[in-house]
Amino acid sequence: MNDYKLVGKDFTPPDVMGKVTGKAKYAEDFRVDGMVFARMYTSPMAHGKVTHIDASAAEAMDGVIGILTADDVPAVEAPNGAILTNSPAFIGDPILAVAAVDEKTAEDALAAIKITIEPLPFVTDPLDSLIAGGPDAREEGNVYARSREGSGFRTVKWTKEQIDDFRAGKEPTGEFAAEWKYGDLDKGFADAKVIIEENFVTTGYAHMSMEPRTAMAYWQNGTCYVHGSAQSHTFWMPGLARLLGIETKDLVLISENTGGGFGSKIGAYPIAALPGYFSKKIGRPVQLRVTGEQEYYMGSARVGFQGWIRMGFAENGKATATDVFIIEDIGANATGGDASSAGGAISLVYDPDAMRFRGLPVLTNTTPRGAQRGPGQNQIAAVMAPIMDKAARELGLDPLAVRKINAANNATTVYEEQRGVTSAYLEEALTMGAEMFDWENRRQQPKKNGSKVRGLGIGQGYHSAGATGFDGLIRITPDGKLHIHTGVGNLGTYSFASTSRAAAEVLKCDWENCEIHNGHSEKNLPWNSYQAGSVSTFAHTRTNYVAAMDALRKMKLIAADTMGGEPDDYDIDGQRVFLTENAAQGMSYGAIAARAIQLGGEYSGQTYPDDINEITQRSVQNLAGSGLVGVAKDNLPQEGTIPGLACAFVEIELDLETGKYEILDYVGIAECGTVLFPAGLAQQMKGGAVWGMGMAALERHVYDPQYGLPANVGYHQCGIPTYLDVPSVTRTGAVDIADPQNPFGARGIGEPAMGCSVAALTSAISDALDGHIFGRTPVSPDMIVNHVTGRDQSFLPLQTNNF
Amino acid sequence: MNPQLSRRRFIKAVIASSVAAASSTGFHSALAQDRPRGAVERLISLNINGQTRRVDVAPQEMLAHTLRYKLSLTGTKISCNRGECGTCTVLIDGITNYSCSTLTHSVRSRAVQTVEGLQAADGTLHPVQQAFIDELSPQCGFCTPGQVMSAVALLNENPTPTREEARQAMSGNLCRCGAYDHYLNGVMRASGQSS
Repeated sequence: MNDYKLVGKDFTPPDVMGKVTGKAKYAEDFRVDGMVFARMYTSPMAHGKVTHIDASAAEAMDGVIGILTADDVPAVEAPNGAILTNSPAFIGDPILAVAAVDEKTAEDALAAIKITIEPLPFVTDPLDSLIAGGPDAREEGNVYARSREGSGFRTVKWTKEQIDDFRAGKEPTGEFAAEWKYGDLDKGFADAKVIIEENFVTTGYAHMSMEPRTAMAYWQNGTCYVHGSAQSHTFWMPGLARLLGIETKDLVLISENTGGGFGSKIGAYPIAALPGYFSKKIGRPVQLRVTGEQEYYMGSARVGFQGWIRMGFAENGKATATDVFIIEDIGANATGGDASSAGGAISLVYDPDAMRFRGLPVLTNTTPRGAQRGPGQNQIAAVMAPIMDKAARELGLDPLAVRKINAANNATTVYEEQRGVTSAYLEEALTMGAEMFDWENRRQQPKKNGSKVRGLGIGQGYHSAGATGFDGLIRITPDGKLHIHTGVGNLGTYSFASTSRAAAEVLKCDWENCEIHNGHSEKNLPWNSYQAGSVSTFAHTRTNYVAAMDALRKMKLIAADTMGGEPDDYDIDGQRVFLTENAAQGMSYGAIAARAIQLGGEYSGQTYPDDINEITQRSVQNLAGSGLVGVAKDNLPQEGTIPGLACAFVEIELDLETGKYEILDYVGIAECGTVLFPAGLAQQMKGGAVWGMGMAALERHVYDPQYGLPANVGYHQCGIPTYLDVPSVTRTGAVDIADPQNPFGARGIGEPAMGCSVAALTSAISDALDGHIFGRTPVSPDMIVNHVTGRDQSFLPLQTNNF
Repeated sequence: MNPQLSRRRFIKAVIASSVAAASSTGFHSALAQDRPRGAVERLISLNINGQTRRVDVAPQEMLAHTLRYKLSLTGTKISCNRGECGTCTVLIDGITNYSCSTLTHSVRSRAVQTVEGLQAADGTLHPVQQAFIDELSPQCGFCTPGQVMSAVALLNENPTPTREEARQAMSGNLCRCGAYDHYLNGVMRASGQSS
């Protein structure tokens, strides 16, 4: 047990009040004088070339202020996403925008614009592109591989026989673009008592953040002010400045509240720069309102997988070898990397003695892909769980035992490099979860009751959960208040607030005496990490720790300088610095701050460390002289992969007649080091569980292969889980063992919270159906009914983006 | 006499639906005209959070639009804008409605309550708002005003719902963050029942 004052304790984050009262402002809630409204014309074709634009009728309409086309914004090299394009590569690709005095006029003007688009071949399923003679999603090729050695297009085709064999479940023999391996694969399979071989599909699906990515911008004296929907804050700055063609010093980003991101708003996306260009062109503030439907088109989607895996297990259930091949559906903009991450997750969560990963990223004319909560790790979690169950069944072992013997621990090594981990206690998580869930007892209960059959599942989730090298910035003002400046974005995880408490913990400040400054560049924020990949907790407890330690050092120096003795003679508590041997002799934080201002120099931010980022430097310069400034880059030691881990246990009741199932109980256990904020952790674990339930059963992309049209652009069509799709109570717990490489022992959890859920469900579905493996997400009721009644499925093996 | 008709005659604020009245010139010229047959009165009174608000409303205008862009009540959010997600939920005569899909002209003479109308004059939060804070119900918060309004409507009708009743009543409100469990905890707490 620790004796922290704030870490591990619940609190009310400062933004909650605004959320429940409606006072919290999101990008679309802002209005400025003279603002006009922009709406976009987006591509109605899956792939084409704009050959002519006739905007004369629109330009002549009353109330129309201006038109912005691809010629007004920087050209972007394919396959990267452009602000506006004359070469649309998916339905919904933005082609132009109209600004008018109101939205209706802008819409009317769009309807009056005549655009000629020459259609080009398109494809919505990677295998349809890969087969010899198949269409390419881009004129430059059908594959775009990114690597450290260089990225580029290529055209890869497999023979019909190779595609047919792949669909039939055989090892793929076609060309691939990426490979890594470790250990002796042949020996691993030779050592195996059981070898499982399966192919699989995980369909991509849209992020569907509830706040569409509306943005508003205007210019003042050469500075561009942008109100945007940003998942991260200062991390957005360089990217958005680059998109706008300006320096970060000339950009002010306002994003205090963001209505969800889930990976789709990590860094600045192209459309966020559109109002800036439009505003510059017409000389008025411009708000681009993105609709819910447009959010589907351009709000990005999870990368889809079509793959094959062979996995060997020893008699005791230990994984001896894994060979995995993944074709990635990377949409039109070639955003991905999920496949290799999936391989990495296998190497950590199941820790096989030997492993080979091969991957091939294939372009399709579907919505752009982007990192989505556990990108790669969570797709493969869904695939792996029934495979672990099958191995257990064939070996006569408890599925829990097979998980435990392979569970990530402090000796686990990861990826091709086989680097170590900071710490990992997945077995402890499994033990805790099994106890909460009463796994042993439930396994003994009867499975079938008429047409209803029970299924039990175990899932495991992983994502690397930390980053280093970012800056911390705090300030104590003469009124004794601690100001924590954070560039952490506010996407709903409360990490901007929970990590800020690290500084208050170090300085033993009452939380009521602290103020967080976030969400607005003019609040003088430090260079902080992206809010994604579960990194914030680890990364920013560290940055706030180093900034607070810098402040502590300075406070003790001032105390010694003022009251005599050495800095080490002093201690802190009760917002005072005092002599350890005589607590009565001391100075309040307020008095120390006033003295820091008098002293100047590093004490009040006139000087600062050389190694902090330019964004942090400017913030310190602006704050200089206003108090005692603590600022530092996180140079704390860090080695190895920082794992966020979770496991889940689920019981479902599946109706064999309807194919529907109900989730009877769900237990999720977090293994994320020290628990930083219990209520926030529970929120993440439960929200992640809902996401996993959506991926397992509901969420998908559906594209008409004949015309390339998306068939599910709305929330319910997409299958976003509702109150009625998930249990009304989910139970969670946490292992709560400190990680040695974080000052407070904390790591992140956002992504594994979902991976364990989807995996537990694919495991439970398989269990309910006597071990049948669909090898596919989502598993829909009709698939279950087809299986139970012995009918063929309505899709080809490995087909994706289908009904 | 129909009071609405009387008021209409008095104001004479009528224009044809095809005339844009965004500019003040257009608006004042409209005032001077007689209303063509079948046209919709534009300058209307709405009862919003117990106050009468005069507002210029286009014939096809949706309530969410009026609230957000004409009356600056931006607590009501727009997400799907097609009656799917409940983010724009407001109460009309105490009943939950998706304001993105409700014609503003259809709520004249009816009492509209938005999230801004819940706090007491002294700043005291509505029990639902306080409970949502205590249970850390929101995540990103974008759907929260809609969730709050649905919970308020439920508890007005059924002060002590079961968790299952609450789940059913709240099911018209989506939350992409998946904070359903915590919202239900909030509803149960607001009803005085332990979550």
